[in-house]
Amino acid sequence: MNFVVNKSDLKVVGSRPVRPDGVDKVTGRAQFGADMALPGMLIGRIKRSPHPHARIVSIDTSKALALPGVKAVVTAADFPDIASEEAFVGEGPMNFRDLSRNCMARDKVLYEGHAVAAVAAISDAAAEAALDAIAVEYEVLPHVIDAEAAMAADAPLLHADLFTAGMEPKPTAPSNVAKRVHFGLGDIAAGFAAAEVVVEGRYTTQAVHQAYIEPHACIASANADGQSVIYGSSQGHFMVRAYVAKLLGMDMSNIRVVPLEIGGGFGGKTVVYLEPLALQLSRKTGRPVKMVMTREEVFRATGPTSGGTVEVKIGAKKDGTITAAQARLVFQAGAYGGSPVGAAAMCAFACYDVANVDVEGFDVVSNRPKVAAYRAPGAPIAAFAVEGAMDDLARKLDMDPIALREKNGAKAGTKAAYGPTFPDIGFLQVLAAAKAHPHYSAPLGPNQGRGVAVGFWFNIGGESSASVFVNEDGTVNVVSGSPDIGGSRASMAMMAAEVLGVPVESVRPIVADTAAIGFTGVTGGSRVTYATGMATVQAAEKVVEQLKQRAALIWDISPDAVDWKDGEAVPAGANAGGFDPLPLAAIALKAAKTGGPITAEVSINAQGAGPGFGAHICDVEVDPETGYTTILRYTAVQDVGRAIHPSYVEGQIQGGAVQGIGWALNEEYVYDGKGMLQNPGFLDYRVPVASDLPMIEPVLVEVPNKRHPFGVRGVGEVPIVPPMGAVGNAIRAAIGQRMHDLPMSPPRIRAALSK
Amino acid sequence: MPRVLLPGQASRLFTGGQAEIEVAATSFRALLRELETRYPGLGRQVEDGMAVAIDGEIHQDAYATPLREGSEIVLIPKIGGG
Amino acid sequence: MSRHHVTATVNGEPAEFLCDSQNSLLDALRNELRLTGTKEGCGSGDCGACSVIVDGRLVCSCLMLAVEAEGKTIQTIEGLADGDRLHPLQRKFLEHAALQCGFCTPGFLVAAKALLDHNPDPTETEARFWLAGNLCRCTGYDKIIRAVMDAAAEMRQEAAA
Repeated sequence: MNFVVNKSDLKVVGSRPVRPDGVDKVTGRAQFGADMALPGMLIGRIKRSPHPHARIVSIDTSKALALPGVKAVVTAADFPDIASEEAFVGEGPMNFRDLSRNCMARDKVLYEGHAVAAVAAISDAAAEAALDAIAVEYEVLPHVIDAEAAMAADAPLLHADLFTAGMEPKPTAPSNVAKRVHFGLGDIAAGFAAAEVVVEGRYTTQAVHQAYIEPHACIASANADGQSVIYGSSQGHFMVRAYVAKLLGMDMSNIRVVPLEIGGGFGGKTVVYLEPLALQLSRKTGRPVKMVMTREEVFRATGPTSGGTVEVKIGAKKDGTITAAQARLVFQAGAYGGSPVGAAAMCAFACYDVANVDVEGFDVVSNRPKVAAYRAPGAPIAAFAVEGAMDDLARKLDMDPIALREKNGAKAGTKAAYGPTFPDIGFLQVLAAAKAHPHYSAPLGPNQGRGVAVGFWFNIGGESSASVFVNEDGTVNVVSGSPDIGGSRASMAMMAAEVLGVPVESVRPIVADTAAIGFTGVTGGSRVTYATGMATVQAAEKVVEQLKQRAALIWDISPDAVDWKDGEAVPAGANAGGFDPLPLAAIALKAAKTGGPITAEVSINAQGAGPGFGAHICDVEVDPETGYTTILRYTAVQDVGRAIHPSYVEGQIQGGAVQGIGWALNEEYVYDGKGMLQNPGFLDYRVPVASDLPMIEPVLVEVPNKRHPFGVRGVGEVPIVPPMGAVGNAIRAAIGQRMHDLPMSPPRIRAALSK
Repeated sequence: MPRVLLPGQASRLFTGGQAEIEVAATSFRALLRELETRYPGLGRQVEDGMAVAIDGEIHQDAYATPLREGSEIVLIPKIGGG
Repeated sequence: MSRHHVTATVNGEPAEFLCDSQNSLLDALRNELRLTGTKEGCGSGDCGACSVIVDGRLVCSCLMLAVEAEGKTIQTIEGLADGDRLHPLQRKFLEHAALQCGFCTPGFLVAAKALLDHNPDPTETEARFWLAGNLCRCTGYDKIIRAVMDAAAEMRQEAAA
């Protein structure tokens, strides 16, 4: 299968058609999570903890249940007490006990905003009144917010049964350190002994939220016979089905999850919060229950990603050759173990060819909301530190920063710091394109600086299903199980159209519910265009095989004597006979006579997703009076394998870069001394707005991934990895000082400048 | 014979600290069985929570994947994503 | 508690609905009139997903009480196209791939329409500041700004013709 179609032979792939779901989305017709209503629907709301850490002494729901219009209240007592069990459902490890307790606190609340009860009532107002009437008695416990403080021996303990995994010998006492990861290559001491120059630094990043604009929302409807339907927006309706079945102890066949449009996720919608509560309330009341989070709930109780501390040390020869690279990472996991520290540790030095590497990481729980995946989980945090250190190294060596990265850049055959030997990768091509870009040599003015940083993400494949149906008139429907979060319906239709040789407008794609298509993992890990795309291509190829057989029947010749070309069956050669081409529509018309409907469904577990690399160039101007940083110009170069719909590939790169810019300059979770989140809204948690930014120039480098018929690599995650380093290095160039702590906000920069 | 590399310390706990081993297996499924037989617990650990990079390509949950003579197999944690 | 009866013009047609005193215009549009194209992203006027035009003024419908709509003329995303003919802004958003998830899109389109109603020839900077009240987390704004500028140019050309 290691065969990639030549670009010049492609007719649809690489073009920019209007997305098939576009008109619905510009006219307001598209149905997102909160847009549906069902007859007899109740409104569900959640009662949340006002304390960051407390024992639940009692919950009295009697007054709430006595209120008019209140139909049901659920607490942890209404859910099975799930045993600790690790599973991997496509986007990361998940312990179902933790997931269950995160959805509904049992015994203890572990962060402010932790759910303790949920109500269903006939109106918003009645539900609101019910929340006020639920009496929860707490025994308040000491709390800890900072991860490094949580590692101290005398820190308040979140879980009495949490013993650090990955330690030898196994610890005898519980702690807040859920896991230690440690790996390396070569001999780190010898590597540093061989170094002529050493740079090091301690970098910190703050917890940031995925900040999708659509708050979580769903409607659950349980029938008296146990069959249930959940409508909602998520990054994976099969994930929702799996988690809800587990948390409620139900059969999967009794839960149908229907995907509505999803208003952004970025990893934050790869888990459930509302769905198990809504379904349990529906089972209790016998009526559909709709639940929609407020923005404040989204900030307090979902996502975010970890804040982290990264200590990095790099040693090199005077010619720039890196001899040793070391990092120690401490990541916030939130209330339950499961930060992306492992992936961060693997990504930290993945861009470089280094013989001696030592990386150690700690996954630490504290009284914050449980972290969820966020775009290339963990990698941006590690890259902020490593790329800052690389910039320091280039300065110390008086070397061009791209030249330093080229000298040490990973290429095919490089043994990656996390173990494997890289196959064909495009990192050096990306660096070359960045160096050659006019941006890199454009002049700068006073108080301005330019920074460069690079980034890596693995990309994944995984389980996907797709069907291709040829309709009676020769038009085509493509069905997949991947929620479309950024234009993937378009790329599925395009890949099918390419294989079938028909115009993309005659191929209409849909996303089917859990009962209408085979299992498909989440839309995450940059996997949809790769894995679901591969399933779609294979299904379309099967359809082409059938079309050739049907044409052979119509012509009464051997199927081997039929070729498929530009949407038509043609005789394979002169010996096959002198038949006029049979277009798809003509074959479809005779489907009943040639064997019935022409369809194919393919389910695969796609392997071999190609790694992705990016290099970003950022120019800033820092106002010396206010410390305010303006992004003047931004160029993002990335190896995308091959772009199916280049506009949406560019969009991924632009969007990822801007999320990284927000992470670098503005965004952070701010806590007070009482463990309360101070900025759970978009006014005080400031994501970038249009007036903060210039155009973001994406540069697509195409080094095809041989494992995909069209050369696709995942593209969605890489672009958030370099920006914090690129912005930090640009600020370093502008103000002459290294900013080690995120966000690099005006107060921090002013403080640095006045030192 | 295919070589199995263990860059992470957690998996080396099963091999008595050995960072590289040779195996006779010719498929991913056979590899899991061989690891479990030779280093009890390791095959299970790989099956439940790890991925393998075979000649640089990451494979997750792929019993049927063939291993070639001289294949480099690296045991790494499973990769997810956002 | 009795509910208020409100009469308004919505997308050129007479509309009436009942609402409670504390209901926002957004609640009324979405829940009473079932015009769910107008989205709620924050409920605090910070994200612009609920943008509508009231008597020619761009407002966050989550910050306006439903009772205040009495006698007003309201334009929502559902009224932007002329039947099956898309507004130039809608067409340009599609051509430029100015949406990914599409959730903020209705608010951006309504806000951009209000911009072009006020200023048919905005500079890029003017467009960026006008749209600074609308959050998009997917696109980085690049293609949105290009689509708005391109639609403005096309509309000017049509107006001149």
